[in-house]
Amino acid sequence: MNSHELLQVALLRRSPLWQAAAARTRRFERGHSTDAADAVRLADDYRMLAHDVALARELIPGSRAREFLETAYAQAHATLNKPAWHPGNALLALLRDELPEVVRWLRPHIAWATTLFVLTGLCGYWLVQTYPQLIGLFAAPELIATVERGQLWTEGLLNIAPSAVLSLQILTNNILVSLFAYCAGFLFGLGTLYILGINGLMLGAVFAFTRLHGLAHALFGFVVAHGCVELSVMCLSGAAGAAVGEALIRPGTATRAEAFQIAALRSGKLVFICVLLLIGCGLIEGYVSPDPRFPLWSRILIGVGYWLFMLALLTGRAVPRRHTTRAA
Amino acid sequence: MNRPDLVVDSATGVGVALPLAGPGVRAFAFLIDWHFRVVLAAAWYVVAALLYHRAWRLAVPVSPDAAWFVAVLAPPAILYFLYHPVLETAMRGRTPGKRLAGVQLVNRRGGAPGVGSLLARNAFRLIDALPIAYTVGVIATMLTREHIRIGDFAAGTLLIYSDIAGASPAPLATTAADHGLTPAAAEVIRELLQRWDALDAQARSRLARSVLERSTVPTAPTVPTAPTVPTAPVASGERGAQAADTALRAELERLLAGTPL
Repeated sequence: MNSHELLQVALLRRSPLWQAAAARTRRFERGHSTDAADAVRLADDYRMLAHDVALARELIPGSRAREFLETAYAQAHATLNKPAWHPGNALLALLRDELPEVVRWLRPHIAWATTLFVLTGLCGYWLVQTYPQLIGLFAAPELIATVERGQLWTEGLLNIAPSAVLSLQILTNNILVSLFAYCAGFLFGLGTLYILGINGLMLGAVFAFTRLHGLAHALFGFVVAHGCVELSVMCLSGAAGAAVGEALIRPGTATRAEAFQIAALRSGKLVFICVLLLIGCGLIEGYVSPDPRFPLWSRILIGVGYWLFMLALLTGRAVPRRHTTRAA
Repeated sequence: MNRPDLVVDSATGVGVALPLAGPGVRAFAFLIDWHFRVVLAAAWYVVAALLYHRAWRLAVPVSPDAAWFVAVLAPPAILYFLYHPVLETAMRGRTPGKRLAGVQLVNRRGGAPGVGSLLARNAFRLIDALPIAYTVGVIATMLTREHIRIGDFAAGTLLIYSDIAGASPAPLATTAADHGLTPAAAEVIRELLQRWDALDAQARSRLARSVLERSTVPTAPTVPTAPTVPTAPVASGERGAQAADTALRAELERLLAGTPL
C-alpha cells in the first residue's frame, strides 16, 4: 500500500465515529433527544465531520464513504441551524411587526392596484350603461335572464344551498382568485393586472346592468356586508402580485432571482392575512348576505366593522403592543 | 459523488454540499404523496358516506343537506388540497412521500425552510400546475440548473437527497486493510455484495471473479474459478452453478471481513 492508500485507511478507521454522529443527528432531527450533553456532542460532531469531509474530498473523492460523510455533515448542519419554531410567537410577530411593515412597503402598489381596480370598474360600468348588450361579455346568460326578469340571482340563494355550503364554495373561490392574483405576478406583473382588470370590469358591468333594471340598491344590500373587505383584499392581493412582478422587472442591486424571492416572501405575508380575511368574508357571504332577515343597516354595520378590523390588522393596531417601562 | 451539488457556506469553513434531487425523484415523491392523498380522501368519503346514509350506499343524496357537504365532502377536499402545505409545515420540509423517496426540502443555507417559505412554495403550485398535470413545474425542474420549480424559486427552497441509509460507509474496509486490501477495492467488493441478489447470476459471477483477481492479497491463495471452488460440489448443472455462486459470495465476504482466505 502506498502512502495515499495508508491515509485513506487512516481516514476510514474513523467511520464508527461518523456513524455515531449520524445517529445522534437523526435523534435530534426527529426530536427523540433533548439531552443538553448530547447537544454539545452534536456540535463537536459537526466540527469533526467538517474536518473529515475536507479530508475525504481530497483522499476518497468518488467513494460511498465520502457520500455518507457529506450527507451526515449536511444533516448535522441543517439540524444545528434549525431555528426554534414557536407558532404563537411567530403569528404575534407577524401581526404586530411584520404585517404593518409589509403594508408600508406595499403602499404604492396598493394605491396603483386600487386605482386600476376602480378605473376598470368605472370603465365596465360606463360600457354597459352606454351599450347594455355588452353585458353578454361579462356575465353568464342565466344571470342576465334573472336580472331581466326583475330579480337578483342572489334571491332565494339559501333555498338552493345551505349557508355552510355557500360559505365553503365562496371562500374557496375567493381564496383561489386572491392567490392567483398574487402568483400571476410571476408573469412580470401582467397576470396580476389582467386579473384585477377583469374583476373590476365585471363588477362595474354587473352593477350597471342591475341599475338599468332597478336592482342596484338590492345588489348593494347583498354586497355591502362582505364586499367591503372582499374587494379590498382583491386590491391587496393584486398589490402583492404587482410587487412580485416589479421585482422581476426592476430587481435593483440584487439579481432578478433574489429580488423575486425577497418580494414573493415579503408580500406573501400580506397574502396569508388576505386568505384569513377571506374566510371571514365567505362566512358573512354564506350566512348574512343572502339572509333577508338582516336589515340594510346591520349589513352596513357588519361590512364597515369588518373593514375597520381589517384596517386595524394591517396597521398593527389589532394586536396590543408590549409596553416598555422607562427607567426613572 | 456524481450528483450535482450546491455548496453552501458553514461556520466551520468547510462548505456543505447539498446533493440536489432531480426531476425523477421529485416526481417519484409527488406520486407517493398523491397516492396517500387519494387513499386518505377516498377512505374518509367512504366511511363518512356510509355513516351518513346508515346503509351500504355511497352515492350523493338527491337533495344533499349541509351535513353531507360539511361531514362527507369538505374533509376529503381539505385532505386533498391542504396535504402539502400542512404536512410540509408540520414536518419541516418533508412529507411521507419525500421521506420514502429519501429527499427533503431545505433553504439556501442548508437549513429547514421557514413557515412563510413553505406556504409561498405551496401557493405557487397554482402556477406550477398550469395548464395541466404540473406541466410548468416539470419543465421548470428540467430546465433549471438546480432542478427547481417556480414555487421553489419564489420560496428559496431546494429539494435535496437526505437518505443516509442508502450511502453507508465501508467500516469493514479498515479490517480488510490490515490484510492488504485497499480501501477502493474494499468498497467495490462491498458494493458488489450489496447488489448481489439484484444482479444476474452469470453477471455477478463474472464480476466477482474479476474483483477477486484484482484484489488478491499476498496471504490469499489463488482465486478459485467456478469449477474448482473448494466448496462447490462436483455435480454439474444447476446445483453446481448455485454452489459456485455461493462459494464466490463467501470468498468476497471473507476478503472484506479481513479473514485469511
